[in-house]
Amino acid sequence: MSPVLADVLQVTALVGALALVHRPLGDYMAAVYSSKKHLRIERWIYRGVGADPDAQMRWPAYLRGVLIFSAVGVLFLYLLQRVQDKLPLSLGFKAITPDQAFNTAASFVSNTNWQSYSGEVAMGHVTQTAGLAVQNFLSAAVGMAVAVALVRGFALSRTGDLGNFWSDLVRGTVRILVPLSVVAAVVLVACGAIQNFGDIHHITTLTGDKQALSPGAVASQEAIKNLGTNGGGFFNANSAHPFENPNGLSNLLEIFLLLVIPFSMPRTFGKMVGSLKQGYAIVAAMGAVWICAVVAVTWLEYAHPGTASQLAGGAMEGKEQRFGEGSSSLFAVSTTMTSTGSVNSFHDSFGGLSGGVLLLGMMLGEITPGGVGSGLYGMLIMAIIAVFLAGLMVGRTPEYLGKKIGTREIKLAACYILITPALVLIGTAAAIALPDGKAAMTNVGAHGFSEVLYAFTSASNNNGSAFAGFGANTPFFNTTLGLCMLLGRFLPMVFVLALAGSLAEQKPIPETAGTLRTEKPLFTGLLVGTLLIVTGLTFFPALALGPLAEGLTS
Amino acid sequence: MAASSTGSPTRAPHSDIPTGHQEGGRVGAGLFDPKQLVKSLPDACRKLDPRVMVKSPVMFVVLIGSVVTTALALKNPGAWFGWVIAAWLWLTVVFANLAEAVAEGRGKAQADTLRKAKTDTVARRLNGEVEEQVPGTELRIGDLVVCEAGDIIPGDGDVVEGVASVDESAITGESAPVIRESGGDRSAVTGGTKVLSDRIVIQITTKPGETFIDRMINLVEGAARQKTPNEIALNILLASLTIVFLLAVVSLKPFALYAGADKQTSLIVLTALLVCLIPTTIGALLSSIGIAGMDRLVQRNVLAMSGRAVEAAGDVSTLLLDKTGTITLGNRQAAEFVPVRGTTEAEVADAAQLSSLADETPEGRSIVVLAKERYGLRERHQGELVDAEWIVFTAQTRMSGVDVDGRKIRKGASGSVIAWVHERGGSVTEDADTLSNAISQAGGTPLLVAVEDDEGARVLGVIHLKDVVKEGMRERFDELRRMGIKTVMITGDNPLTARAIAEEAGVDDFLAEATPEDKMALIRREQAGGKLVAMTGDGTNDAPALAQADVGVAMNTGTSAAKEAGNMVDLDSNPTKLIEIVEIGKQLLITRGALTTFSIANDVAKYFAIIPAMFSVAYPGLDKLNIMGLASPESAILSAVIFNALIIIALVPLALKGVQYRPMSADRMLRRNLAVYGLGGLIAPFIGIKIIDLLISLIPGLH
Repeated sequence: MSPVLADVLQVTALVGALALVHRPLGDYMAAVYSSKKHLRIERWIYRGVGADPDAQMRWPAYLRGVLIFSAVGVLFLYLLQRVQDKLPLSLGFKAITPDQAFNTAASFVSNTNWQSYSGEVAMGHVTQTAGLAVQNFLSAAVGMAVAVALVRGFALSRTGDLGNFWSDLVRGTVRILVPLSVVAAVVLVACGAIQNFGDIHHITTLTGDKQALSPGAVASQEAIKNLGTNGGGFFNANSAHPFENPNGLSNLLEIFLLLVIPFSMPRTFGKMVGSLKQGYAIVAAMGAVWICAVVAVTWLEYAHPGTASQLAGGAMEGKEQRFGEGSSSLFAVSTTMTSTGSVNSFHDSFGGLSGGVLLLGMMLGEITPGGVGSGLYGMLIMAIIAVFLAGLMVGRTPEYLGKKIGTREIKLAACYILITPALVLIGTAAAIALPDGKAAMTNVGAHGFSEVLYAFTSASNNNGSAFAGFGANTPFFNTTLGLCMLLGRFLPMVFVLALAGSLAEQKPIPETAGTLRTEKPLFTGLLVGTLLIVTGLTFFPALALGPLAEGLTS
Repeated sequence: MAASSTGSPTRAPHSDIPTGHQEGGRVGAGLFDPKQLVKSLPDACRKLDPRVMVKSPVMFVVLIGSVVTTALALKNPGAWFGWVIAAWLWLTVVFANLAEAVAEGRGKAQADTLRKAKTDTVARRLNGEVEEQVPGTELRIGDLVVCEAGDIIPGDGDVVEGVASVDESAITGESAPVIRESGGDRSAVTGGTKVLSDRIVIQITTKPGETFIDRMINLVEGAARQKTPNEIALNILLASLTIVFLLAVVSLKPFALYAGADKQTSLIVLTALLVCLIPTTIGALLSSIGIAGMDRLVQRNVLAMSGRAVEAAGDVSTLLLDKTGTITLGNRQAAEFVPVRGTTEAEVADAAQLSSLADETPEGRSIVVLAKERYGLRERHQGELVDAEWIVFTAQTRMSGVDVDGRKIRKGASGSVIAWVHERGGSVTEDADTLSNAISQAGGTPLLVAVEDDEGARVLGVIHLKDVVKEGMRERFDELRRMGIKTVMITGDNPLTARAIAEEAGVDDFLAEATPEDKMALIRREQAGGKLVAMTGDGTNDAPALAQADVGVAMNTGTSAAKEAGNMVDLDSNPTKLIEIVEIGKQLLITRGALTTFSIANDVAKYFAIIPAMFSVAYPGLDKLNIMGLASPESAILSAVIFNALIIIALVPLALKGVQYRPMSADRMLRRNLAVYGLGGLIAPFIGIKIIDLLISLIPGLH
């Protein structure tokens, strides 16, 4: 079997598997968030935190819940790292420095999982398991809760109530993320991923070198790392490390895990707003961009010019022999487009143009299909922008799912789409202009620029993957990137929840023949077009000076 | 309902006849005259005042850009490039102002005409029984004034005494006089109109300065123009896009410094890039689109009291239409003569005609006309028949007829005719009853024809009177349905009749035996379901419903209460125009959306012109992005700037006329507009910039 055929079959199998679970998982999630019953364990949790899970919250209350909960998360994680040396099972690692501890805390709570540290030489068992892994669940559950609140904004009328944050948070964790990641972890262990709390193994290799093999609860963290679109690896090499990602099957499973919830949430959305077709239109837009990017990157990597590349059958530098071009490209596109950021290859080694596609995947705002929850709410915001433009063109005040897109709605949507471009562009500009930023760069020219651009794009969009190539563990980058992660995560949530509140207060407008049909392929096309044009126009100069300058020169 | 049966002759009935699928847009406005551009130039320059400009954030940025580039050009006066860019940026701003000035200019001409009507009048105020002369401006609400033939009515009010014919041409442009009388639905008079005959006493209902004519002047001049909700929302989106592009351009400087392209990214070049990227096309044309939309209504003799109402018209999903005058012609007409057993159709026709000669009501006339057209019976004049005694139709007897040659012929409402036959010892055959019922069932009105001669009194047959649905209404309603608008017919008829007419006309629903309360309840019900409702009305009892409806069009012939309650006034008093108003509202929104899409799609080409021009020195690979093959970096940037400015002027006619609108489903409309303005907007600038670049590169000495 030729490698290309194998890649095609692999993508086909992946799409088939995603399509197979789309309906049951989407429906299940809708049922979870709509259910009136509480599980016993959930009741205990509510009692423990003193929350009333049945109280209806309007958007400010819901937002307060999100912000307070996340602030506590940042603080806890920060402190845990600062006192790591005094904790048991610390494997002898020191306390993390203040700037790096802030960066890591911001990173894991914002579902970014940017890592300016190497897990195997910095974090002990308690920090990894009680701190980082816990946030992998909770930050994902927060994202899903906010998405569900926005969906309720569309589904409900004349109320303003958006549900209960605590109940959404706990249910997302207990009923969706935990069971799914348990299953996934077991399968990963079966594939060969490790799962223990042992001590570091010191071995001597065949050539006589000393090597330290780190132990840990890897498989469990690996499962939620991908399932919750987190991306923070147990090891620095992330999913390229054989303990995290032992073989082709585990590789495909991990790609499946990072795509499964984002691609199923539109079904949940369709189910909750009472029109499955609306969900299909959204998932079609997400899928179309994703598959195009997969094809583009795979093709660009196979066709990478240069003698070495052509002899190897593709640009193999920075890629695992175990996975090859196809699996590496598929993983790279999927991880950048889902705000995951776990990697099974070195993104810095991708060709100029394919690196540009990976960058663009994040610049789109992590909505194709995006992070768990954040992908859906980001795409719905983009749908509102598209509806506003197109709605005027059918001669009516724009409306989406029976809700008018008026001044207030467009103001909030416009604020949402302003945030990440502002963070990325200002952050990158500051980094390459200031001496502190420049000092950390190890590459020059367009490639060096791409690396900095990639870092700020990744942080602001809560992706977490790195182009690498520069020392990110400096006070400057730890601080600026940490701020980008927090602002890029929580400012948009403010606008999403405000928007949800404003939509939920409206009365619904009945659909007529004059209504823009947002469940039709035409609208899906329009949505993709709006997304590409708005993003393209914002980032074209930056992309031109980085990836395009590099890719077009060769 | 006295929709069009009032004294006001409706304007040429062009709007009654559906225009079907004419090419060129059914709601197109007056033609655009390029001379208007030159005429409006001084106004455009006056609008350069920053305090005015700041209202449009996009164009304000361009203004700042023009000032900055001019200052930079002054600093380095030897470089031609700075001067040319500065000049074209100024032109961009002026072009934008020009678009607005042209749109406003059309209203100004109209306002001048109106002002002529508003000459200072002297009012003859009644102080008890005494008449005193006061200036019209001193009149207060509640004052009573007297107007006689030749007087100009000093203010808006209601006739409380007398009847007069009034020349309202100053407002409606219609020269035929109209009757105004106290009481009823024809009591409202407008200040500035002229009494032609008789004497009336008017109670003033508006303060001076707030009269109808004052409001009209304000409206057509755009002085009262406020931004509509959609316009505000669009402005927000445009402002946020401007911020995004500002960020992209500002951050480009450090990027360029890093890339070693400092020289190619001078402040002038960056300003040019910014102006090209921000949505100047729609930013420049946004206000003219709104003004032109109002203007299109004014040209159809409709006054919208707010832009909000025009916008709401586009959103309307339920139309309440009065049956009489809107859906059907004003009156019932005879459709056929049905004989009872033992008589012939011709006999009935003959008797019907004879008995109707003395009936001057429209129904009576229509019987004579039908007899002539269908049965070839020449119309006989009352003088032709000697010794005939004519019985004139009255509302009390509800019969008309003639006694001639020993025959007594009667025609009229079935109850009256049956009573007449019984009175004379005749009997009514059973089938007369059956036939009448059949006609009633079908929504018609039966009139009986009876005769008393040698054979005694008996019923001869039945005349079938029916409502005549205006031609083409069914097609019009089909179109509305395709646009997603539900039509509801409002009528005082019984449900049976109403259903029959509703079916014939093709409306979606009807409200029979409608009282003002029923109407109000219907509007509330529709609105509770999230629908926007439009209606027309003229009577005082329509006022609450007009106020409740999202779009309430009052007829100019109506009472001042109705005019006050509605948010539009139709000077022609033609209720069918409601459909056109909806179309104009939709066209306004479509024009905005289309030009926004066009404006944003334009940016792609501009990037392909400017980015390689800036950076192909630093990164030669980026020259591959110069897919248009533009001659030099300077000419590339200049071409983009020039295109950006010229496209505004090129689109002024479109903004003023509005994009072509035809009723079709939202889906088809979106597909069409996306193809024209989305795809067109993507491709057009590639061609335009290339052409401009070719022309520029012909200028000697540029290389």
